[in-house]
Amino acid sequence: MHNTSRRAFLAGLTAAALPLPLAGCATRSAPAGGDVADYPTRSITYTLPFDPGGESDITARLQQQPLEEALGVSVVVTNRPGGGGAVGWSELVHQTRPDGYSLMGANVPHVILQPLARGQAGYETDQINWAYIFQSTPNALVVSGDGPFRTVDDFIAKAKTEKLSLGGSGSYSANHIGALALAQESGADVTYVPFSGTAAASPALLGGQVDGLMTYNTEALQLQDKGMRVLAVASEERVPEFPDVPTLRESGFDIVEGAWRGVAVPPETPDRVVDVLADAFARVNQDREFRKKATNLGFHILDWGPRESAEFIRERTALAKDLLRRFDLLHG
Amino acid sequence: MFPGIEEAVLQVVSPATLLLCLAGVVAGMAVGATPGLSATVGLALLLPLTFTLDPARGLVLMGAFYSGAIYGGAFTAILVNSPGTPSSIATTFDGYPLTRKGRSEVAIIAVTTASVVGGLVGVVGLLLLGPAIADVVLAFGPQEYFWLGIFGLTMIAGLAAKSLVKGFAAGFVGLLISTIGIAPVGGDVRFTFGFTQMQAGVPLIVALIGFFTVPAMIDLMVDPGSRAAAMRREARRREPGLLLRTVRDVLSRPLNLIRSAVIGTFVGMLPGAGGNVANLIAYNEAKRASKTPGEFGKGKVDGVVAPEAANNAVVGGGLIPLLTLGIPGAPPDAVIFGVLLLHGLRPGAELFTTQGELTFTFIIALGVSALLLAPVGLIVGRGLQRAVVRTPTAYLVPGIALVTMIGAYAVRNNPLDVVIMVALGLVGYGLRHLGLPPAAVVLGVVLGPIIEAGLGQGLLTASGDAVPWLSFFTRPVSAGIIVLVLLALLWPLWGRWRRLRAARTTSAAGAAGPAADTEREGTK
Repeated sequence: MHNTSRRAFLAGLTAAALPLPLAGCATRSAPAGGDVADYPTRSITYTLPFDPGGESDITARLQQQPLEEALGVSVVVTNRPGGGGAVGWSELVHQTRPDGYSLMGANVPHVILQPLARGQAGYETDQINWAYIFQSTPNALVVSGDGPFRTVDDFIAKAKTEKLSLGGSGSYSANHIGALALAQESGADVTYVPFSGTAAASPALLGGQVDGLMTYNTEALQLQDKGMRVLAVASEERVPEFPDVPTLRESGFDIVEGAWRGVAVPPETPDRVVDVLADAFARVNQDREFRKKATNLGFHILDWGPRESAEFIRERTALAKDLLRRFDLLHG
Repeated sequence: MFPGIEEAVLQVVSPATLLLCLAGVVAGMAVGATPGLSATVGLALLLPLTFTLDPARGLVLMGAFYSGAIYGGAFTAILVNSPGTPSSIATTFDGYPLTRKGRSEVAIIAVTTASVVGGLVGVVGLLLLGPAIADVVLAFGPQEYFWLGIFGLTMIAGLAAKSLVKGFAAGFVGLLISTIGIAPVGGDVRFTFGFTQMQAGVPLIVALIGFFTVPAMIDLMVDPGSRAAAMRREARRREPGLLLRTVRDVLSRPLNLIRSAVIGTFVGMLPGAGGNVANLIAYNEAKRASKTPGEFGKGKVDGVVAPEAANNAVVGGGLIPLLTLGIPGAPPDAVIFGVLLLHGLRPGAELFTTQGELTFTFIIALGVSALLLAPVGLIVGRGLQRAVVRTPTAYLVPGIALVTMIGAYAVRNNPLDVVIMVALGLVGYGLRHLGLPPAAVVLGVVLGPIIEAGLGQGLLTASGDAVPWLSFFTRPVSAGIIVLVLLALLWPLWGRWRRLRAARTTSAAGAAGPAADTEREGTK
């Protein structure tokens, strides 16, 4: 009996030790020259740093098939959630081999705000090497359908006399800084209430626990079906799904805010590989079936290559820094 | 009343749809029974496949898979003290003791019966009450979730067998673990000790494997003989009529089944709480209502019936807010929501009217899947049970160690989670020797985020009020839950007082002292 127990113990220990060395396997080394010229030659992993079922996840799973057609190799979609995406992005810039066979979904403003607000997010904004930005979902301001607010001005006027609450998805998110920007631009007193996701925030408005929501156009579409009123969208121009809803700019507030989604690779990935990927994602965007489904979901399709994306990130980073500084939310 | 329901019935009874149900249930069971692979992860893996099916078939497959996964989680909970999904936490409390007593087959049959009944109650609730009671969901704001979490914490009193103080100490360890990572309100980074990966916190399933499975495996390594005797008896035994006897036994206490299923349906409806909370509440209520609460935790059949009836009722319940309001009631519903959206179906009243055929096909197929759990589960579940029972400890322990490590890794594809699991396992083993119940720790991990988010959000939503914290006491639903919390706290005291009085009246004046003392020991 004693002997058996020791054997079992040792076997258990061996099993315990097994996965640990595997953890260190993802070493980084630049790919050999021949690999780059005929990239891609084997299966590509497309990781989402979020839970399954969300906007980013659904998009990637829609992209999978047309992406395989564009690249000529198989594409495996997986999830590596945690820390609002930070765990995945930290791994992307520090541990992933820069050979173009591991892509990761990346979102603005997340990759801008996390390093600014947390100090130690595990990556820096400029380490995210964008291959493409393919879609956006602008913020929308939504209030109760039978409430007193009919326009943005109604809402702001009220918020100047008393404190109003605006729910939204997460802290240091597009919804969060959208609410901050509105408060900043209008001088109104608005308290932002973070919920654990876009869908989680909606019951708070439907149930009357918050005065309004700073949410995405996609969710606003559903809330409108349930009798809620969309006061404004934070896009540059009016959006096709709400032709009668003014932009915040039309209402006198210079705010363009929302989420932009794209795909990124590790920092030292060869330019040629990045270009092949950008090309492939451009072709995915042209796929009729993909376009139809994405548009139905309320996604605004964009075609920004590596350089346009990098330029956009620089612009947004400056804006976000400025805003967070005013609210004293910058880390350190 | 139900437009399109006739067509829906016809579609469900077609061989293709039934086959899809069967495939979904079997696949779901396999994923659910693997610790770490939760229903949510499994459904995400199915997503690409559903693109190739028409909307109704895609939904049927996902519904069947979801039911199977939630049910499959019970297998490993019973056989190796490892909840396959967070919805089967409480199933380990009596399921594993049943296995140790050599009664694992009884436990498997009992949870199968419970899951079928629970699943059917959830589906009936969805079908009949769905659109009518969806608004109840909206009465639950942050304040209500805060109190629901506090109500959950009162379960510690029941879980702490020996000492209430140690029970609460364990609960607070769990609450502390739940604060690791990014704050749900405010976004601060906490207790990461400089490791950026720790921003993600400790996933519940990793904590479950650590606190439940690892100590159980260490026990087996330290003393393999403890398992061998009882199990060898069970492996050799052939009990004719065990199946019918067990099913009849479970059905003979319909109150436990129905209570648990109703709890599951209701908690499933609440977007802020899911199967992980429902199974614990159902277990606790079953214990509270029992005439012999002392037998819980030592291998009582009712103790596995309650959580498993509740978690399969969550499947139907969670779809109520999803199909009527577009708000996922539980995390797996988020994936189903994605499928609905992809097919251009927007939840709301029209799903039950113009899209009635599709919606009712989905709902009825869920009911069929619940029924299918019985034949499939009795074959697969008992097959697994026999395999585990017959495997010698020397092979079983390393095998389970390997499976749990793969499982812990698979939760987020993160090797760090394997390290966390092993570390928490050692902590759990140590805490148990200090008399701190691991179940109370896990309760803290489950409820911590609900309580914290509820508190923070509640204070923020009421920040326009003169005294924001008063909103936690003035809202009617909150007040109702506070009453429940007080009742839960006073219940054990009342029971003790009643027994004390009974002891005093029956015993002579001189013997009252010592009698009262032993009573107190017994109720702690």
